[in-house]
Amino acid sequence: MAPAEEVLRLERVRKAFNIGTPLESEVLHGIDLQLRRGELAALVGPSGSGKSTLLNLIGLLDTPSSGELYVLGQATRDSDDEARTQLRNQAIGFVFQFHHLISAFSVLENVLMPLMIRHGKPSRAETDLARALLEEVGLGPFADKKPTQISGGQQQRVAIARALVTRPPLLLADEPTGNLDTRTAQSVFELFHRLNAQFGCAILVVSHDPRLAADCERTIQLVDGRIVSDATNPLAS
Amino acid sequence: MRLADSLWTEWKIALRFLLDNRMQTLLITFGIAVGSAVIVFITALITGLQANVIQRTLGTQAHIRILPPDEVNRTLPAAADSWSLVLESPRAQRLRSIINWQDVRDVLDQDAQILAVSPVISGPAIARRGVARRGVARASVALLGIDPPRYQRIIPLADDLIAGRFLVGAGNAVIGKELARDLGLGIGDKLRLDAGEGREAVVDIAGIFELGVRELDARYVYLDLKQAQTLLDLPGGVTVIDTTVAEIFQADEVARRLARLTGLRAESWMETNGQLLNALSSQSMTTEMIRVFVAISVAFGIASVLAVSVVQRTREIGILRAMGSPRGQILRVFLLQGGLLGLLGSACGGLVGWGLVQVFNLFGPRLFIIPVDPTLVPLAMLVATVTGVLAAAMPARRAARYDPAVAIRYV
Repeated sequence: MAPAEEVLRLERVRKAFNIGTPLESEVLHGIDLQLRRGELAALVGPSGSGKSTLLNLIGLLDTPSSGELYVLGQATRDSDDEARTQLRNQAIGFVFQFHHLISAFSVLENVLMPLMIRHGKPSRAETDLARALLEEVGLGPFADKKPTQISGGQQQRVAIARALVTRPPLLLADEPTGNLDTRTAQSVFELFHRLNAQFGCAILVVSHDPRLAADCERTIQLVDGRIVSDATNPLAS
Repeated sequence: MRLADSLWTEWKIALRFLLDNRMQTLLITFGIAVGSAVIVFITALITGLQANVIQRTLGTQAHIRILPPDEVNRTLPAAADSWSLVLESPRAQRLRSIINWQDVRDVLDQDAQILAVSPVISGPAIARRGVARRGVARASVALLGIDPPRYQRIIPLADDLIAGRFLVGAGNAVIGKELARDLGLGIGDKLRLDAGEGREAVVDIAGIFELGVRELDARYVYLDLKQAQTLLDLPGGVTVIDTTVAEIFQADEVARRLARLTGLRAESWMETNGQLLNALSSQSMTTEMIRVFVAISVAFGIASVLAVSVVQRTREIGILRAMGSPRGQILRVFLLQGGLLGLLGSACGGLVGWGLVQVFNLFGPRLFIIPVDPTLVPLAMLVATVTGVLAAAMPARRAARYDPAVAIRYV
């Protein structure tokens, strides 16, 4: 049984592509990793080190070639697509580099989307929660706008509100500031800190930016498919 | 999650996707509308036309005629181990009665597939005016002895009367308009009928009809059964039993069954109007082909628009999947879009098709009125909706199979 506060655990996770062909290549070579509720960790590493692959595995968008991956203590490697999809909806929130809002829906509806996917029409209380989250990320007045009518930084905040609307124990962010200017990036990162403190979810942020990573309480460095350092940062804000 | 709740979300996403791609949606809806309008119009037109032709044809004849079997020569069977060569001349077919026709009539009366039964005696005669006035006009006619209430149910003769009354008993006769003109007869005039071998009768003209078929209007003389039996020297006999059936296109089948049942000859209207039926069925086949090809092109239109939409929305599909949308949900989002396009397009098209029919009825050649079956437009909409869903199947399957990790990074 996993410890109560453990959200994520990886045991000797390997990932290889093109298995059984001459092009076979292993990208991740036995990753061991644990993430607890309330932790804010940065995953850093050079391009091609396997960060995105690792994030896809953690986000249950892909399956490891070997090893085991536990989300909320639940082993996932052998579960089927349906079970993984359901777990994704319940346990994991995603924030992507290109924010990926759905243009056909308003800002508020985008935030509500994970709930609509989960159980159809959202309740009044859920709509209120979504509005509160939008307030929280500073976009209350933009609730009824279309994603195309707001700026990139604002879109990314909407994406963060969307990722949090299901109150997931684990939030994954893939280069969430990669597409934003420095000031906006800083404010988005501050938002992560605040929400981490407020909602107590574990946050794993993939980032290129060493300054932003240094702000996190824990920094995991990935090089060539191996974790080369996993350090807590006592100076983190 | 309950399917109804899930469908709420899928309905919402499908609708928004369609509204978001307004131009695409509008264009394909227009295409579907044109296709549906063509289908509705051509179906109404051809159905109306054929119903009209059949009604005109069957308005003046029975669906199945039961006749006595042909008289044939009987030849002795050849002895064993021998051949027999026979030279025969076919026998003349005398006018003769159906044996035990009352029993046959009673059996037919009980038959579920038969609506009306009318025994008739018919044979040839020469007609001329009863009172000679300036020259003698003669006409060869067909005498028909009928039981009026029964015969009315086969051919509603009373509706076709243009003068007098439909009265055939007690020395009265009803004749056609052309015959009345040829012999110079009016209501109340006398008509002399000569059936040969000295059998003659003089009858009063009680009514004049116009069936609209020249041959019938010039030759038919309706009498009551008894008088015709006397004239044609078949006391108590009838030569044919006319029937109508509930399903006119099953007449052939019913006729074969009746022939087996009664041991008599049964001729269906389909047999006697072979060429007409042939023409009608070729016409139906052509219409059917047009409908199928239009439907196919509509289906391809829907499929291609959705295929494009699936590619355009790859990333959004990826994000929906990442947020926990199951494959089935993505599948249904696109199937719904196909169905919605079909429904919307065919609703517009059905309306236009219906309008075209009304325009045809008001301003067309007015040879006949096309009735629009009230189920036609809803049926067309149903078919179009189902076609839309089927056409969406391929793109929808493709969307549902996207690998979310790949789809999210699609640019």
